[in-house]
Formats: sequence, structure tokens, C-alpha cells
Amino acid sequence: MSLSDIDKLTEGASGFGVDVPEDPRPVGRRKSISRSGLVWQRLKATPRFWAGAGVLAALFLFATVGPLLSPYSITDQDVMAFNAAPTAAHWFGTDTLGHDILVQTMVGLQKSLVIGFVAGPLATALAAIIGSFAGYVGGATDKVISWFIDLMLVLPTFFILILLYPFFKGNWVVMMFFLAFTGWMIMAQVVRSQTRSLRERDFVKAARYMGFNAWSVVTRHVIPNVASLLIIDATLGVGAMILSETALSFFGFGVQPPDVSLGTLLENGQAAATTRSWLFLAPAGVLVILLLAINFVGDALRDAVDPTSGVNRG
Amino acid sequence: MADARSSAPLLEVRNLSVTFPQSTGDVQAVRDISYTISEGEFLGIVGESGSGKSVSSLAIMGLLPDNAEVTGEILFQGKSLLKLDDRELSRIRGNELAIIFQDPLSALTPVYTIGDQIGEALRLHDRSLSRAGAEARAVELLQIVGIPDAARRVKAFPHEFSGGMRQRAMIAMAISNNPRLIIADEPTTALDVTIQAQILEVLEEAKRITGAAVSLITHDLGVVAGHADRVAVMYAGKLVELGDVDQIFHEPNMPYTIGLLRSVPNIRTAGTERLVPLEGRPPSLANLPVGCPFAARCPIAIPKCTQVEPELAQHGRDPAHTSACHRAGEIASGALTPPQIFPRPEPLALAVRGKGETVLSVENLVKHFPLMRGGVFRRRVGTVRAVDGVSFSVSAGRTLAIVGESGCGKTTTILELMELTKPQGGRIVIEGRDIGALSKDERRALRSDIQIVFQDPSAAVDPRLPIGEVIGEPLLAQKVSRADREKRVAELLDLVGLDASMAQRYPHEFSGGQRQRVGIARGLATDPRVLVLDEPVSALDVSIQAGIINLLQDLRDQLGLSLVFVAHDLAVVRQIADDVAVMYLGRIVEQGPIVSVFDDPKHPYTQALMSAAPIPDPTAERARSRVLLDGDLPSPAEQIDGCRFRTRCPLYKLLDESAQARCIGEDPKLQPHGDVAVACHHVERNTLVVG
Repeated sequence: MSLSDIDKLTEGASGFGVDVPEDPRPVGRRKSISRSGLVWQRLKATPRFWAGAGVLAALFLFATVGPLLSPYSITDQDVMAFNAAPTAAHWFGTDTLGHDILVQTMVGLQKSLVIGFVAGPLATALAAIIGSFAGYVGGATDKVISWFIDLMLVLPTFFILILLYPFFKGNWVVMMFFLAFTGWMIMAQVVRSQTRSLRERDFVKAARYMGFNAWSVVTRHVIPNVASLLIIDATLGVGAMILSETALSFFGFGVQPPDVSLGTLLENGQAAATTRSWLFLAPAGVLVILLLAINFVGDALRDAVDPTSGVNRG
Repeated sequence: MADARSSAPLLEVRNLSVTFPQSTGDVQAVRDISYTISEGEFLGIVGESGSGKSVSSLAIMGLLPDNAEVTGEILFQGKSLLKLDDRELSRIRGNELAIIFQDPLSALTPVYTIGDQIGEALRLHDRSLSRAGAEARAVELLQIVGIPDAARRVKAFPHEFSGGMRQRAMIAMAISNNPRLIIADEPTTALDVTIQAQILEVLEEAKRITGAAVSLITHDLGVVAGHADRVAVMYAGKLVELGDVDQIFHEPNMPYTIGLLRSVPNIRTAGTERLVPLEGRPPSLANLPVGCPFAARCPIAIPKCTQVEPELAQHGRDPAHTSACHRAGEIASGALTPPQIFPRPEPLALAVRGKGETVLSVENLVKHFPLMRGGVFRRRVGTVRAVDGVSFSVSAGRTLAIVGESGCGKTTTILELMELTKPQGGRIVIEGRDIGALSKDERRALRSDIQIVFQDPSAAVDPRLPIGEVIGEPLLAQKVSRADREKRVAELLDLVGLDASMAQRYPHEFSGGQRQRVGIARGLATDPRVLVLDEPVSALDVSIQAGIINLLQDLRDQLGLSLVFVAHDLAVVRQIADDVAVMYLGRIVEQGPIVSVFDDPKHPYTQALMSAAPIPDPTAERARSRVLLDGDLPSPAEQIDGCRFRTRCPLYKLLDESAQARCIGEDPKLQPHGDVAVACHHVERNTLVVG
């Protein structure tokens, strides 16, 4: 017993810290609450989460339902209004060719959202599988994977993506996968080190002695125990992927016309940012709001999963 | 210093209460306790985890966190400690009041040498002392606490010391300023029995030299029995019984004390009768029931017990013996006897046991770990001989215990068994099949015959799975269908004394003892022939251990299981095992039926282990003669020629030179002596007496 035990004593009135001697009767009485239930309860109490989730939901509607309601499509040209500032007919104005910026932004956002929400979790899944295998199997496999991770980390991701450009020229679906394939390394390292400590835990040993193979142990015991990390990473990864996609498209190595994404819109509008600011401000504003919302949700999620990391708990 | 007040008690605690405010309800860690410690007295404070025993002592030292609300009065040599500010308290702390913590590694600063830290304690309270003077005194202190080569060791850093040596250094630091009171908070809990015996001896020595009073906080009744003058028993933040050590152990008045005493196995008598489990668990300190906190677990509770909390009062003849129980009068007068309060449970009808066919046999098992050094060009710099030629066999329905200090290779041995792969050296045969020659599918099938239960129940179950899934896991590995799994899980929960409706709950909702039952249920899922248990009760509180041990015995007898039981608590081993193997540095040094080995140990190491194990009986403890070992277990990487035990052997020191030469030159083999096998050259000359 020492001071740290007192901390446990005070924190664990319900038996988390102090190991209360047993009771052969059913645990009963107090309402059972699973871990995910606990996380959800904490999440519910965080205003940042609701703000982020609300904005995200609004943006989703904006990107999916919006284009259906709009009288224009992205290829429609309004010959009556080239380079028009925002009006009642074109809320966000039009560009040099008379394209409606509002519908362009909505469709561009749609593409960016799809790319972000597929590539982000995909990168996390890759990280989970590769990292946990390297950590669990160990030995030569671990060494080879670790070297590969280091190699990928040394090469600048953006540079790799530009080099890969000839392989997905214009095809944004392929690009989405390439984005995922270049964004998993750091998380894989985190998962690998977590797995190495989990591997020494008795319940993982027990599973091995029961005769489960590596795949079963990893999927049953390792990944669920790093799941909280993965969920956070996947959420924040969405934002990172959207940003990468935007950057690539901005420089012309991403989504190609006639498809639009927030990146291509920004690229088109950037020259006019000072003269016809609506061309630039609309996609840029949507991008900033989107990233903020995602980060709010990711942040709230991290605090809910790991109470010690947050600022809102003392 | 204290002679003027020798009549007044050294320390007087009056109505001390400690509360930790919480949003979910205040945690009342200590509730209105009063006791005194006289000059030079040895007080033992006993209680389970969460009973408030440590908190009350930290309150005396003024070391509680700031959010603790402390009320009452603590008088030390007539001064009220609670009224002093931190500076005044610091002057007393470390000077007249000293504390020894449980974990000496975290209590010592890793970046300063041991000598510097002892010197700091000295110079802090005596400004005139020079640096050199402090170091000289530190060397002296280290000699007192029995650290060999103290002049050199004083310059060592804490990580260079073993656990036992660190605890010695802590004691040296505690006695450095001739304190009047030493508070020892579970000082031996993290240590091996042999080291525990050494440390308690050093503590006694320190007490003798300084004349200080000692307040020893522990959960181990055996430790208290051998050393304390008076004993205080705590339960749920309250002092429930206080008295002379003989009174507490021989005529306890409080049912909790009685239950505790009847639930601990005694190394002398264990195995002859069943243990008495103490049902239930202590109440949550945040939400205490009205009345006596023990009422819910007390077999003789009357309606009054749930209405009025009993006060500590005299019930027997001696005013110094007080207890908090409404029915203590009846107990003291003999109207209620301990066996009436806590009757021993009847053993289950024995299935046919005894010499069955051999289920598991291990021949010359070897497991060496290479010691590597260097980054890019790794080279082998040595070998850790964790297991070095171990042979044993287990027959159906019998229990083999493997005992020894930590680091002796007992856990490595059983983990090697569980791997079910061809060992580095030797042979493992399970159910007549050599596991070195198994195919992959045969190996998986064989896994259902041998299962393991781990030491720490909270680490052994995956926190993300409901316990039904945890228990059914071995069946999943054997590809049993979901419906059959669920049926079996319900059976198993019932078998280990848990409710079948609990299958959907998560591990964190269970107490330590219940989680260990879950671990046992998982071990039994595939109906194995051999269950391997790695220290299954050592992480549990005393009152729960009895329940788990009884359960294991029942299961073994009902199911005809063979158990391989690894433990360091010899009383527990004697309670459950039929045969025992004593391991030292990767070898078995003595092996045989438990009664023969425990009653008449022949190897000097076994003798030392036996005499280090505390007995929860003060009369027996005082009458014992001990075989104490020198120093710690050598590193298994060290190459020792001849007998590996000779560096610590008490017999070796008594031998003449020619006999010693044999110990150095020749590695002893296990030789039969009566019905036991002993690896010692000089069994006939062994004159060591073990009590």
C-alpha cells in the first residue's frame, strides 16, 4: 500500500481500483454498463461533439441533397451570367464559364467527403492489420515490416503521390486507394508497440495456449483492445485525407475535370481570390468548416475514450 | 529523549477519521479509530485491502493527499501532529517518526546513490554533520541492516540492489536518526518468503538497536504472529479488535477475526482439514450500510447488528483486549465457540483417488535463454539457465506443487509445458504422447487436455469480452459450435460457484475472487486432464483465498483432474498438494510426497524455505528455530560449479574442507532418501534443525 493506492481508493468507490473481496452472489444491483456505453455517456456530455456532429450532418445534407435541389448541374453554363457575383439566381456566384459555384461546391464537397471517409478508415484498417501482425508475430516478419514502415516514412508522401500520378490519371477512385496506402505508417507503429505490450498479457498468452492461430488472436484480442485508438485515428484520418486530396487536386495531380473536388475548385478560384473572391471563398470556407467539425468530433471522441488526455476533466 | 514521558504512550490516536470527498459519495477510509502505541512496543495492524490500515498510518505521517479530510487527534510524545504545519511536521518526520514503504524501488530515488540518500536523511536533521561523516554513518547503517561489503555498496544506485537489499536500505534510512516510532507499511509483501524472513529479522534488529516502537501494517497474519506484541484488526475503516497477540490469535472475540484465522492455512496443519471460507465481501467505503459493516458476512448476526454499529469495548477479563461486536460477550464467555460460528465445510465425497495412471511426465526439461548484447552485430554474452534438467510426473487425480523463490524457474517450467512444442532439451509426454512428435492438428487437439489458470485474474481475462465469451474461448479454439459452447459455459459457471445469468457481463464488473473463478472455469472448459495453476491465489485477499482453494480441491476430486500447482506460499501448497518439487536455480533439489517433504525436509534449501514460512500462531512462532539463508537468489546467468546452492547454503558453512570440496567439485544428482529424492551430497550430515 502506498500513496497511489489511496488514489485508487478514492477513485474506485465502485470497485475499479480497490480489489474488493469477493461475493459469490450475483454481481447484481448496480446497473451493468459496458465500456462502449461509458464512452457514449461521456461523449454525450461533451458540447464539442454535438457541435462537430451537427455541422458534419449539415454538410452531408448539403453535399448529397443539395445538388438534387439545385436547378443547375455542374456542367450547366449560364450564358447570361459569366463571372457573376453572388445573386439570387446564383447564391455563390458563377465563374468565367458561367458555372454555378454553389452546385460546384456541393458536388466538390461530395467527392471530398467520399474520398475522406473511405481513405481515412481504410488507412486505419491497414495500420491495424499490419501493425498488430508485426507486433504479435515478431521476429523476422516484424523486422521486415518495420523497415518498410521506416522507408515509407522517409519518403515524403506527397512526393510519392505525385510520382504515382501517371497510374491513376483522372481516376479518383484509384487515387483514393493510393491516399490510403500512403497514410497508415505512423498509426501502424503505434499499434505495433501497443501489440507488443499486449502480447505479454496473460489473456493473450492464454489464447495462444488454447491453440488459436495468430490471425484469430489478433482479431479477437489485440485489435479490440486497441480499438479506441483506431476509432480516434480513423476519425482524425478523414480530415487528413480530405486535406491531402485537396492539396493534390490543387496542384493538378488529383481529381481531373470534368470531376470537381474542393481542391480543383480552390485551384480554379485561387487566381481570382482577390478580384472575384466568391470563387475562392466558397470552397475554402466549406473546407475549413468541414475540417473543424471533424476535428471537434475526433477530439471529443479521444477525450471520451481516454479521460486522462482531455482538458475538460481534472 | 523520551524518558521524561515514559509513562505516557508514545503515540496516541484519538477518534481519527479520514474521508475522501467524492462526487459519487464520500469515501470513509478510516472511521473514528483510537489506539495507542507505547515506547518500544511492536504493534501489528492487520486488515484486507481497503480496510483503511494504510490510510490511518499515512495520516500519522501527514502524508495524505490534500483532498483528504482528517478529523480527530494524533498525539505523538504529547504533541498534536494534526495541528503542526508542514515544516514542523517535517522536522519530526524522518527524525522521530520513520516510515518504510511496501515498494522500495519507488521509494528510493533512482538517480542518487544509496549512500547519498541515507546521507541526505542524516544531514537534513543534523546540519552539523559533514558529508564524509554522513557517508561513514551510512556505511555503518548498511552494516547494521546486513548488507555485505557495505563500504562499496554505499556508492551503488538503487537499481543495482535486489528487492531485499533495497528494503534493507530503506530500513537503514528509517533508523538513521534513531526514530522513536517506525511505521512499516507492508514492508515484505513484494518479497519472497526467504527474503521476508530476513527483512523481518532486520526490522527486529533495528528495533532492538534503536529501541523504537514499530507499527507493522500487513495483511499476513503469520507475519504478525511471529513479531508483534499487540495486534489491531481493521475492517471497513474501523478498528474491530485490539489486544495482546496471544489473545487475538487464541481467544478472538470478533467474528471477523475468528473467520480470518480459520480461513488461513497453517503450514503445520494444512491439508488435514478443509479451510473455512469467509463468504461475501467488505462493504463499499463510499456507501456503508447502517449498523455493523461485517453484519452481511457474519454468520451470527442478530437484528441489532444491522441497526446499531457496535463500539470497541472490553468483553473478556482483560481491559486491554477490546472488540467491536454485539455478541462478543457470548464469545468471550465461551457460550459461542469459533467452530460454532464458522463450522468447517464438509469435504465432498472423494472420487477414487490415489495412484492412477501417469497423465503427464517431464524428463530432463531444459530451457535456456541466450543473453545477447550489441545492436547491429549481436553476440551471445551468456546463458540464462532458467530450466536446467527438470523431471517430474503427475498421475491422474493428484496434485503436484512446484515451489521455490521467484527466479527459480518454476513459471518457465510450466510455460514450457503449455507451449506444447518440442522442448530445447528433454521430453514432455502428455497422455502417453510425446509432444515433440505431434502434428499441428494433433497438437491442437491435445491442447484440450492441458489448460492453464494464471496468477493475476484481472490480467488473465480480456477486458473487452463478456465472461461467457472468455470461458467459451478454449471451446472455440476446438471448433465447438456456438450452441454447445453456450450450454457448456452455463454448466461451468455453475461449477465454479457463479450464477449462469452472469455470462453476458464484462470482467470489470467482477471482484478479484470472482474473476479468478472465471479463469478457472475457462481452464475447465475443454474438460482437461491436467490443469496448470500459476500462483492462482497469491493475488487475492486472504479471506478469498480459502474459497478458491476449496473450489480447486472440490473440482479436482469431482472431475479427477490432475493439478500442477506453482506457488510460493507453502501453507497453501500443503493444503492442496499431494506431491511437491522444490526448485532452485532451474533444478529440482527435493521431490516427494508432501507430508514427508514438509515434516522432514532434507535439503538445506527446503529447510530454509520451510522455516521462512510464517505460521499464524504466536506460540508456535516463538518456539521455532529458523534456518536463515544468506543474501538473495544468484542470477540464473551466473555459472556456479558443483552444487548451485552452495553459495547460500547454511549446511555448507558447517562442513569441513574435504566435504566442501565435494560440493564445489561435483554437481549433486537427485538421490532417493526414504520416499523422497534429494539433490545434496551431505543429507546424512545435515544437522540443521527446522522448527
